[in-house]
Amino acid sequence: MVKKEVTVLNATGLHARPASMFVQTAGKFKSKIFVIKEGNSINAKSIMGIMAGGISQGTTIEVQAEGDDEAEAVDALVQLINDKFGE
Amino acid sequence: MSKLISSKSMKRDKNRMNGKVNLDDFCREIKLEKIYYKSTELNLANSGINRPGLQLHGYYEHFDSNRVQVIGKVEVSYLLDLDPEVRKQKIDDFFSYEFPCFIVCWDLDETHLFEEAAQKYGRTLLKSKEHTTTLFYDLVNYIDQLSAPRISLHGVLVEVFGVGVLITGPSGIGKSETALEIVKRGNCLIADDVVEVKRIRDGHLMGTAPELLQHFMEIRGIGIIDVKTLYGARAVKKDVEIDMVIRLENWDERSPYDRLGLDEQTLEILGIDIPEVMIPVSGGRNLACIIETAAINNRTKQYGYHSAQVFCDRVAHQNDLEVEKREAKKKLEEAK
Repeated sequence: MVKKEVTVLNATGLHARPASMFVQTAGKFKSKIFVIKEGNSINAKSIMGIMAGGISQGTTIEVQAEGDDEAEAVDALVQLINDKFGE
Repeated sequence: MSKLISSKSMKRDKNRMNGKVNLDDFCREIKLEKIYYKSTELNLANSGINRPGLQLHGYYEHFDSNRVQVIGKVEVSYLLDLDPEVRKQKIDDFFSYEFPCFIVCWDLDETHLFEEAAQKYGRTLLKSKEHTTTLFYDLVNYIDQLSAPRISLHGVLVEVFGVGVLITGPSGIGKSETALEIVKRGNCLIADDVVEVKRIRDGHLMGTAPELLQHFMEIRGIGIIDVKTLYGARAVKKDVEIDMVIRLENWDERSPYDRLGLDEQTLEILGIDIPEVMIPVSGGRNLACIIETAAINNRTKQYGYHSAQVFCDRVAHQNDLEVEKREAKKKLEEAK
C-alpha cells in the first residue's frame, strides 16, 4: 500500500468541480483508493463520498492506494491537489 | 464468510458516540416538554435510567448521577406528604448532584416543586405525558441507539418489497444505475454511495444516508440527481433494516457461480452475519429484476420456505419413488 499526506490548497476545497476532477482521476486507476480525513476513510472513486467528506481549503488528508498501479495513483492525485486543480 | 473492515464513521456520529445529544432532538424524539434548562446539550455517555425514590428519601449510597432521573406518581405523592420545608431540602439535596436531566411523568403539574432547585443548580427539568413504564422503554431504546456501533460503507441501500437490500461492488459496476431501475419499479432509495450502518437491538442493522446526501444519487453521464424531486416522496425512505447484501461482480467465465442456491453465504457487518448473494454482471442481465427476485426469495426463506431446498427435496423424493418402483418390480419378477 502506498500513502501520502497532502493539504488541500485550492479555494473551494474538494467540492463541485475539483471533487469531480479528483474522482475522475481516481477512476482511471485499477487500485482501491481511499482518502483518510480525521480517521474517516472515504472511497476516492465515489463523488458523493468525497463531496460529503467536508474537505475544505486547509484540510490535510491522506491519500491511500492499494493495487497494481498504487504508486501512480497516489502521485497523480497528490499532484492534482498540489496544482490546485488548475484553478 | 467475508468480513468488512470497520472504518470510523462520520464526525456527526462521533459526537453522538461521545454521548452528547442536542436537547431539542432529545425532546422531539421522546416527546418531552421543556420546563427549565440552562444547557442545550445533554450528556448521556454511559447513561442509564434511575427512579430516584431512595435518593429523594435521603439514601445516596451507590447513587449513579450519570443516569436520566425519572419520577412518576409514587415519588411525587411521597414528596407531597412531606413537610414543605423538609421537602424543599430533600429536593435541593437531590438537584445538587449533576445528572443529565430530570423527567416528571404522567403530565403531572407538580413540576413546580422542582423548578427552584433546577434553576439554582442549572439542571434540565422536563415533563412527559407518558406513563413511567412507557417512558422507560422509549429512553432505553434511545440511549441504546446512542452507543450503537456504526460504520460507513460504500454501496447503495434500497428497500425492495419491504426487504432492505444493500448493493455492494466495485466502483463503476452499475450499483446506482441498478438502484435507479429498482426505484422506478416502485421501490425506495435510502442511500446512494455512502451508507451509514448502525447495530440496533437484537442484532439487527439499520442503514441510512448521511444527512447531506439524502435523496441524492449519482448516475454516470447525467450527474447528480434528486430522486425525491424526480420520482416523488414514494421513491425515498429515511432508513431501513438491512436484511441482505447483494454483491455485484464482473462476470468471470472461469468462476463457478452458484447454480442451486443451497449454500448460504453471509457477510459480517458490525459482528452480525447478513445473508449475501453474489450476482455476476454481464450484458443482457436485467439486474433490477434479479435483485427483486433475490429479495423476495430471501424473504420467503425467512418465512420458512427455501425454494432450492424444496426443489432438491422434490428431486430426491422422485428418485426414492423410482428406486421403490424398481425394487417392487424386481420382487414381483422373483415371485414369478
